[in-house]
Amino acid sequence: MTVGFIMMCHTAFHRAAQVARHWAEQGAPVVIHVDARVSKQDYAALGRSLADLDIISFSTRYKCEWGTWSLVAAAQSASEQMLARHPEVQHVFLASGACLPLRPLAELEAYLTAHADTDFIESVTTTEVGWTVGGIDMERFTLRFPFSWKTRRRFFDAYVNLQRRFGFRRRIPDDIMPHLGSQWWCLSRQTLSAILEDPERPTYDRYFSRVWIPDESYFQSLARLHARNIESRSLTLSKFDVQGKPHIFYDDHLQLLRRSDCFVARKIWPKADKLYATFLASPSPRSEAMIDPETLAEPNPSKIDRLFSKAVERRTRGRPGLYMQSRFPKRDHENGKTSAPYSIFQGFSDLFENFEGWLAKYVGARVHGHLFSPDRAAFAGGETMFNGCLSDSAALRDYNPRGFLTNLIWNGRGERQCFMFSPRDTQEINWFTATDPNAQISVISGAWAVPLFHSKMAFSDIRREAARLQQIEIDQLNILRSMFVKARVRVWNMADFIENPMEPLQMIVDEISPRATRRLSEAPQMVDLTGFGQFLQSLKNQGMQPRLMGDFPVTGDLLQHPPRRGRSYMVK
Amino acid sequence: MALWSKLWRAYRGRLRRRYLLLRAIRRRRRLTVVVDRTAQIGPESILLFATIRNEDARLDHFLKHYRALGVDHFLIVDNESNDGSREMLELAPDVSLWRTGASYRLHRFGLDWLTWLMFRYGHNHWCLTVDADELLIYPYHDTRPLAALTGWLDRIGQRVYPAMMLELYPRGPIEAQHYTPGEDPTALLCWFDAGNYTILRQEKTRALWIQGGPRARMFFADRPRHAPTLTKLPLVRWNRRWVYLNSTHSMLPERLNECYDQRGGEAPSGLLLHTKFLPQVVGKAAEEKRRREHFGRPEIFDGYYDGLIASPDFWTPHSRRLSGWRALEALGLMSRGGWL
Repeated sequence: MTVGFIMMCHTAFHRAAQVARHWAEQGAPVVIHVDARVSKQDYAALGRSLADLDIISFSTRYKCEWGTWSLVAAAQSASEQMLARHPEVQHVFLASGACLPLRPLAELEAYLTAHADTDFIESVTTTEVGWTVGGIDMERFTLRFPFSWKTRRRFFDAYVNLQRRFGFRRRIPDDIMPHLGSQWWCLSRQTLSAILEDPERPTYDRYFSRVWIPDESYFQSLARLHARNIESRSLTLSKFDVQGKPHIFYDDHLQLLRRSDCFVARKIWPKADKLYATFLASPSPRSEAMIDPETLAEPNPSKIDRLFSKAVERRTRGRPGLYMQSRFPKRDHENGKTSAPYSIFQGFSDLFENFEGWLAKYVGARVHGHLFSPDRAAFAGGETMFNGCLSDSAALRDYNPRGFLTNLIWNGRGERQCFMFSPRDTQEINWFTATDPNAQISVISGAWAVPLFHSKMAFSDIRREAARLQQIEIDQLNILRSMFVKARVRVWNMADFIENPMEPLQMIVDEISPRATRRLSEAPQMVDLTGFGQFLQSLKNQGMQPRLMGDFPVTGDLLQHPPRRGRSYMVK
Repeated sequence: MALWSKLWRAYRGRLRRRYLLLRAIRRRRRLTVVVDRTAQIGPESILLFATIRNEDARLDHFLKHYRALGVDHFLIVDNESNDGSREMLELAPDVSLWRTGASYRLHRFGLDWLTWLMFRYGHNHWCLTVDADELLIYPYHDTRPLAALTGWLDRIGQRVYPAMMLELYPRGPIEAQHYTPGEDPTALLCWFDAGNYTILRQEKTRALWIQGGPRARMFFADRPRHAPTLTKLPLVRWNRRWVYLNSTHSMLPERLNECYDQRGGEAPSGLLLHTKFLPQVVGKAAEEKRRREHFGRPEIFDGYYDGLIASPDFWTPHSRRLSGWRALEALGLMSRGGWL
């Protein structure tokens, strides 16, 4: 069983020559097609360097332009030459000058002997391919493409749109079912000669010469007419990036390529000396006879597939919540405004003593104080610096509050971040957090009045401060009620919350750590609110209307009310 | 209206670019050639452009680092070194050297000189413009030479490769360290800030304005606006009509500054390891403070120089230790951007 190779070359001829020599010296005939645009000198040099091997021959040269018929024509004439000159060849393998054999030729031959009737050609109907560039799949076969996609994109697009608009369609020859697939195939002698000697070939050629990217569809469609047994996959490992360009393999891919068990890979970086040296090293003394077709490893590109799809994902989607020098999404294109869920508590630290300490006990999270307080960012544990050397300086933070928050969440990956908030803090991040699906915002409205109630300031100052804070909180609540909110927002007024604090607290804690099914055993210690109703009445008497606290009776102790269900209203 | 202001802005940018080019061309005679080996430059050579002044301690490793990456030729302007830097560079086989006694500040911090050299020698080459204390790294830099990166950038049609500055510092006060000239500075300066960088997009130039790092938190905590800019676009497939606008932080035409992905994906990027904080920097800071050759308005930076002269300790328990590019990439400081 002999396999013959067709190599399509246009650059890096020393590498192509090396590979051709590798195959030829082991007895496989090679037909080389060199792009007609290559200079005479280069072509002659390539010919000279391989002159000592007479099973290497050169086929008629065509000017090969990407996506045009010339590539198919070149492959056809090279195939004809191969079949005519080398009657012993049973399989023809189409490769490029940037291909590199990964396994010994003997193994490939044994593999093909074991699959004597099989044609290895990726061949998929147009409805099932997901990889076409520009969204043109079936239309490749029904429209005309007189303009180059590479150099005259605008004309190309305009002409496609024009044809779409007028419903233009080319007639597909009756027997042809359009199929697409990788242009690197390995066909059996029988199938290939049937394709080349088909009496209808002039019709097909005329049709396909006007199809877009025929090298991905000519053999793929015609093989369906003639083949006895199609394995719809390519023996050549070839991966494409976001832009539809082939990925390149470098020296550090050595282990990856070795473990893939593929026969041939493309495209190899021409300067990848280690790859060429390793895979083209003279074959191990194992002879063909010793290779047992039963134990021959099947090509297994799945591991590489995963890596490559990850790389594509990284390029197109990026890491959510990361803002850096080469990823700075426009608003609403963030694909994750922040990198992980986090919780904001407003009013809790006013209403409860040491709420941070209590919360830290019940949730496995980093509980910060008021990160946005005017004097400094109060990191958990009173630290002056957080992961990633994030400083607690208020000036640095307020220079770019969004950056501060996204850095904090990014640096704290792997641990949920919680922090306190209040109308006394810098308010600049409100829109950002409200529209971030990662944020869980819990607000006890009006609780900012409690520290004022306990303060020793002159009452006229208290009144002024209360009016200011109330206005800030009203503005903030308006944001939290807007239709753009994506955060998980809960707002209680203070009076409702203190009647039954456990239920909402349990709900929040469950949401933060859903797996911990522990019931809250103790409530956080509430500050003394005796006389708070009177305090609110005094504010009213001074002409300020406290609107956010809910109903507090002027006299009497609040906590002696019979407990009832705390109403929470979810904005979203 | 928006269209007019856009056109007007584009026109202003064009005028500015042509002015800067003309200015560099007119000032070309202020450079005196010391040794010209530019005949070595081949059509695909990767070139490195730098202005230096008294960098004797670093140069050895600087050249070694970039030779290992595969820089083919160095084009260096020496601004009055008196420590042997010039003599050392003269002897290096792959360096072309110019010298000038003119003022660094009045020549756009050396950019006038480099703009001319890039105009003359850099057209259509991949050009790397760095300072002597900046070492470029990029994903896979330990296994793939620069030519692999630039070849790939050519294939994906990207002409500008961003590499923000990552400032390295030692553990302990700067002056208490010991550095032997010629050694790899990153062996001593092996700590960095991992996640305190803030970014603004500058609408005017479309460039990102990255600030943060150890200098921002130590010296500029009270006036963050003045903290050093860390954005850098050091590696460019150059065109002689282009100019660097403000150090290598931004370029003209403006569109070149948009080498970041704005739709959520990650474009490729590397890092410039900034090895400024060797023990020598303390003495140098005093000299720089006196010479007033750095920064547009040197007087606002007196406090910064005083801070440096006091031999600060940048290290904190949250500092990260430098280890391979994979860790830096995982931290989100640079990105493979789909290169595998």
